[in-house]
Amino acid sequence: MSHGFNPIGFLTRTRRPGRIEITDILSWLWLIAGTLAVLVPVVWAGLSSFKPAAEITRFPPTLLPRTAVETSVQGYEKPLSLWTVTIDGKTREMAMVRRIGLKAQMVDPQSPEAPVSVDVRAMSPVQKLTAATENYTDPLTRFDFLTFLKNSVFVTFVATLLTLIVNAMAAFALSKYRFRGKNAIFVLIISTLMIPLTVVMVPAYLVVVGVGLVDSLWGIIIPTVASPTAVFLLRQYMLTIPDELIEAARVDAASEFRIFWRIILPLTAPALAVLAIFSVLWRWNDFLWPLIVLSSRENFTLQVGLNAFQGEFSVQWHYILAMTFLSLLPVTAVFLFLQKYITTGIAGTGMK
Amino acid sequence: MRLLEVRDMIGRLAGLLMGIVEAPINALEGFMGRKRMPYLFLAPNLLLFGIFTFLPIAIAAGYAFTGGTELFVSDRPFVGFDNFRQLLACEDYLRPGSCRESLFWTAIWNTLWFVAFNVTATLLAALVTALILNRAIAARGFFRAIFFYPVLLSPVVIGLIWKWFLDRNGLLNAFLQILGVPPEIFLLDVGWSRFFVVVVSVWFHMGFYTLILLAGLQAIPKDLYEAAAIDAASPRRTLLRITLPLLGPNLLVVLILLMIRSVQIFDEAWVLTNGGGPGTANSFIVQYIYQMAFGSDLRLFGLASAASVLMGLVLLVLTLIQLRLGRKMES
Repeated sequence: MSHGFNPIGFLTRTRRPGRIEITDILSWLWLIAGTLAVLVPVVWAGLSSFKPAAEITRFPPTLLPRTAVETSVQGYEKPLSLWTVTIDGKTREMAMVRRIGLKAQMVDPQSPEAPVSVDVRAMSPVQKLTAATENYTDPLTRFDFLTFLKNSVFVTFVATLLTLIVNAMAAFALSKYRFRGKNAIFVLIISTLMIPLTVVMVPAYLVVVGVGLVDSLWGIIIPTVASPTAVFLLRQYMLTIPDELIEAARVDAASEFRIFWRIILPLTAPALAVLAIFSVLWRWNDFLWPLIVLSSRENFTLQVGLNAFQGEFSVQWHYILAMTFLSLLPVTAVFLFLQKYITTGIAGTGMK
Repeated sequence: MRLLEVRDMIGRLAGLLMGIVEAPINALEGFMGRKRMPYLFLAPNLLLFGIFTFLPIAIAAGYAFTGGTELFVSDRPFVGFDNFRQLLACEDYLRPGSCRESLFWTAIWNTLWFVAFNVTATLLAALVTALILNRAIAARGFFRAIFFYPVLLSPVVIGLIWKWFLDRNGLLNAFLQILGVPPEIFLLDVGWSRFFVVVVSVWFHMGFYTLILLAGLQAIPKDLYEAAAIDAASPRRTLLRITLPLLGPNLLVVLILLMIRSVQIFDEAWVLTNGGGPGTANSFIVQYIYQMAFGSDLRLFGLASAASVLMGLVLLVLTLIQLRLGRKMES
């Protein structure tokens, strides 16, 4: 059977065992191209973040971070850069004393007495692999990035903890009790899912100013603690916990809070774990709300700080990329370890 | 070993904390009675919801009818429909330059074009990827994870990574040089920058929609395909008669969700294009709202709120459609 390329057939055909078809190859091409498209920009930024300031704007760029090799030569105060030079068909390493137009004055490091003049087109710099760790240490020590990092960690940790406790308590009430107004409250909470922050940006800011939380880390923690998604997710999970457990505990004269703390919370652990992962990612990455609420530099989170920094030092790519990569690392670690949880969590709840 | 110790410590710490909290709460239970306890459990949540979610929503609509540069409602004069009139005053809506708020209409048109391209590209890419990942292909989990990875990254990080990739000295220009193409400063060119805002957005969000579509594909009963195979149905027929119709509701939900989120494009585009550049080529509606209210001390809160209300109406319609579809799917 011969056929031309049929895009629909290609996408739907299931594989016949033991035979490789054109459709398999095309599928693989798509997947590999997609993988490269995802990884190349990220890896490129990661590699570039280790390049020294002088190297990062070199064009065409080297793939790996490299730096010029320098050597100290007798009779010269400063170390000289090392070059591979071709003279009369012979190649050797020489140190450059100075460069004048298209000529460079070079000396042999072994015999520094006799400098020679070399055409710059006949020489190329000797380089070695390097890791410019100062790209990471400088912003953390000389600029405010350590503060940004601390703020981000604080916000992420505290907001996640509060999110879990406050919403689990609400979900407990909404799933395990009968009381007046229960359904109305649930519908009211869920309906706020329909109104995104971008629509109520100005009045939300007004409220934060009104309660005195503007330009404070608590101003980005407290307003985001009560989450309709979290209430919904936890309530659905708690509904599956049998009521008999609670009845038995009540017979043993346990207080309601003790039931919540000792019985319900441990049994809700899987849902709490999924929620915690999403909460951490969300807080760590959040941008628009912190951008509105925070105004002084010492309160910036990492994302807001990165944005401000790239506006002020737009040519300092070595610093910007290092801090970008630093901000990306925890997320990547979470992804590598918890990838299964996250993907099944999303497929199950449709939340992000 | 270490991990267990840490867990043990956290557990003991939490226990200690709860010991402190438990006593007063139990005292309250004695005072209020067990029947009223759910209200206590709901209280912190509802208090925060009331102040930071319901109050802003309640203020939002009224706020759009006030003027001036004061923040608090009591200090702001009532101006009726002035803000809306200012936004909508236009000789020709197709030419933003002829409008009183030309920036608003530029943002609207930019957003509409972005939504059209972004929704189409993301949906197609996610659908193709989901169909491929649904086949019996090796390393499926690996590919699914790779496509999903960008979804977890921060928009600022993504903006910066791509900005560097597209830089004059970046990797893309290095590739092009190998092919003999002269370097281009992509983000300073109107056409290229718009193109790459869509590319970056697809790159960022595609994995999320792929996952939803994949879940939909895997819910299609396998025996339908077996029956089709017995009937020797062509792959095209199988796709058009089985896969797509059964995936239809998922596709619609993804489509609406994509539209809702695309309308609100801001973060990654803001970082990538240095605040909507070149000029206003990538200035979108959320950016307009942000800039009117918070950018460079304009403090045009009323105008920003009016624009928010208009955008909110569009989103509300889309959300209602989504809910409608969701209910249809369930029944």
